[in-house]
Amino acid sequence: MQVTNLTHQNIDSSSILDRAKGRGSSILGIITSNPKIAIGVGVVAFFVLIALAAPLLTPYDPNATIVTGSLPPSPIHIFGTTGLGQDMFAQIVYGARVSLTVGFVAAIGSTALQVLFGLTSAYFGSLVDEVLSLLINVFLVLPGLPLAIVLASLASANAASKNEFVIALVLLFTSWSYGARVLRAQTLSLREREYVAAARAIGESSLRIIFAEILPNEVALVASTFVGTFVYAVGAEVALEFLGLGDTSKASWGVILYWAQNNAVLIVGKWWQFVPAGLCVAVLCASLAFINIGIDELANPRLRSEKMAKVLKRKKDIEGVLDEHHQ
Amino acid sequence: MRYLLRRTGFYLVALWAAVTFNFIIPRLMPGDPAEAYIAKLQTQQVTRAQLAAIRAEFGVNPDVPIWKQYFDYLSALLHGQLGIATSQFPSQVSDILRQSLPWTIGLVGASVILSFLIGTLVGMVIAWRRGSWYDTAVPPILTFLSAVPYFWMALALVYVFAVGLNWFPTDSGYDVFNVTPGWNIDFITSVIQHAILPVITLVIGSLAGWVLTMRNTMVTTLAEDYVVMAQAKGLPERRVMFNYAARNAILPSITSFSISLGLVVSGALLTEIVFNYPGIGFALFKGVQSDDYAMVEGCFLVIALAVLIANFLSELVYVFLDPRVRQGS
Repeated sequence: MQVTNLTHQNIDSSSILDRAKGRGSSILGIITSNPKIAIGVGVVAFFVLIALAAPLLTPYDPNATIVTGSLPPSPIHIFGTTGLGQDMFAQIVYGARVSLTVGFVAAIGSTALQVLFGLTSAYFGSLVDEVLSLLINVFLVLPGLPLAIVLASLASANAASKNEFVIALVLLFTSWSYGARVLRAQTLSLREREYVAAARAIGESSLRIIFAEILPNEVALVASTFVGTFVYAVGAEVALEFLGLGDTSKASWGVILYWAQNNAVLIVGKWWQFVPAGLCVAVLCASLAFINIGIDELANPRLRSEKMAKVLKRKKDIEGVLDEHHQ
Repeated sequence: MRYLLRRTGFYLVALWAAVTFNFIIPRLMPGDPAEAYIAKLQTQQVTRAQLAAIRAEFGVNPDVPIWKQYFDYLSALLHGQLGIATSQFPSQVSDILRQSLPWTIGLVGASVILSFLIGTLVGMVIAWRRGSWYDTAVPPILTFLSAVPYFWMALALVYVFAVGLNWFPTDSGYDVFNVTPGWNIDFITSVIQHAILPVITLVIGSLAGWVLTMRNTMVTTLAEDYVVMAQAKGLPERRVMFNYAARNAILPSITSFSISLGLVVSGALLTEIVFNYPGIGFALFKGVQSDDYAMVEGCFLVIALAVLIANFLSELVYVFLDPRVRQGS
C-alpha cells in the first residue's frame, strides 16, 4: 500500500472485460491489453519462479557458513557472502520464498476481511453500516505499521511465535481497513442497481446477493485492493524483520537487512550485504504497483498518458457516436 | 458545526480504541509478555512500590478483576504514567518519549510539507502536459522510488552521501560532541545538517502518492467545461492551470492526507533507526530490541495520538477549504 493514492472510482469489471475483448476476454487478454500490467505480472512471475526453483539455482544452503567472513562478489559467489560467510545469492533466492509467502498469505486474508466488512457494511446499511464503518475508519486512522510492531513485538515474547506466520497474521490484522473502505464505497453504488433490486424481489438471501450478485461485479476492484495489500504486506514484512521481529536465524530479505544494519556494513563499505535484498524488495513492490496502476488505467481511460493526436481522434469518434445517438 | 462535533466524536472513539488496544494486546498474547517484562525488571533495582505499580499496569495480578485493571490503567495514563523503560533503566517511558517526540515531529513535519508541495506541483505540471515525455516517464520512476523501502533508501543514501562522499553526517540528530542544545546558531545549523538526509529519504519515498493523486484528479478537472471556458476566454495558461484546474483538483490530495501521513510516520520510524536519529522510531527500536514492552506500547500510544491530532487538523483545513462540507450538504 505504498502507492495508495490511486483513484479507485469507476472501476467496473464489465468495462475492463469489454476493453480486453479485442484480445480474447480471458485473464491473459486483460494482462496483455495494458503494458504496465504485462510488465508487472512478468516481473512478479519471475520472482515466483526464482522462489520455487531456489534449489536448482544455487548449490548452497542459505543458512550454512561456507567461507570465512564476508567476501565481495565473485564468479563463485555472485552476490558475495554475509558476515557469517553465507552465500548471499542463496539467501536472496530462498528469501524470496519468505517475502512472497508472507505477502500472499497476508494479502489473501486481508482481502477476505475487506470483502466481508466492506460489502456487508454497505449492503445492510443503517445500524450495521454505522458500526462497521466506525470500525473501518478507526483502523484506517490508527497508524498501521506501529500497531503491527506492537503486536509482533508482544507476540515474540513467546519464542515459539517468532516466525513468519505470526508476521503474516499481524499484517493481515493491520492492513484490511483501506480496502474495506474502497469496497464499501463501490458497494454503496452497486446496491442501488436494478439487478440487485431484482434479486431482492425474487427473494434471494442477503448472503447470496452480496457474494453472488454484487461481488462478481467488483472483481477488478477486489483485485486492485488485493495487489495494493500485497505491496504493503511485502514492504511491512521486510520492515518488521529489519527491526528483528522475525526469525533472525532464517534467511529472508528483511533478515538480511537486519544483519546488515546490526553489523554496520555501511561504514566498512560492504555494499553487497544490503544492495541485492533492497533492490529485490523495490523491484517486486514496484511491479505490483504497476499492475495496480494498469488496472486503474483500464478502468478509467482518462488516466492513460497518450499522444494527444490519439486522444483527439478518439474524442471525434465518441462525438460521432453521440451525434448518432441524439438523432 | 454538527459536522465538526461528529468528527470530534469520531476522533475520541479512535483514541479510545488505541488506548484500549494497548490494554488488551499484552493480555491476549501467548507467552505472557507482562511476566517476561517484570522478570527483566526484577534483575534491576526496583522498589516494591514500583513493582506493584507495574503489575497493576500490565494487569498480571489475577486477584484484581479485569474492569478494575482497566480503570487503573486508564487512570495511570491520565497521570502520564507509561511505566519504566527497562531498555534505559531507570528512566520513565514518558520522559524518554517527551525528549524524542520533538525530533520526530520536526522530521515528519518538514518531510510532509516538502513532499506535499513538490509532489502537488509536479502532479499539476505533468497533468497539464499530459502525453508529453515527462508525463510518460515521471510516474513510473516515482512508483519505483516509492516501492523502495524507506529504511533501505536511507541505507543507500547514507552509503553514498555520508560514508562515500562524506557530505553529510552519518548519525544522530545533532553534533553531540561539539554543540550544546539550545537556541544558538551552531545547534540549529547542526540540526538542519543532520536532518537533510533523513528528510530527503522521506520526501523521495512519499512523493509518488502526491504526484499520482494530483495528476489523476487534475486530468479529470481539465476535462471540465469551466476549464475549456477559461481557455476559450483566452486567459493566460498559467492562470487556467493554477486558478481553474489545480484549485479544484487539490481537495482529494488533502483527503488522502491521513493515509499518507500514516505511511510517512511509519517510514520516519524506520528511517530514524538507520540514522540513529533521536526520535520516537529510535526509542521504539531500542524497546523492540530489548523486549521493553512498556516502551513499545508507549511509543505506539504517542504515535497514534500524534497521527490522530494531525488528521483532525487536516479535516479542519478541509472544512475551511470546501464550503460544501461546512454547510453539511
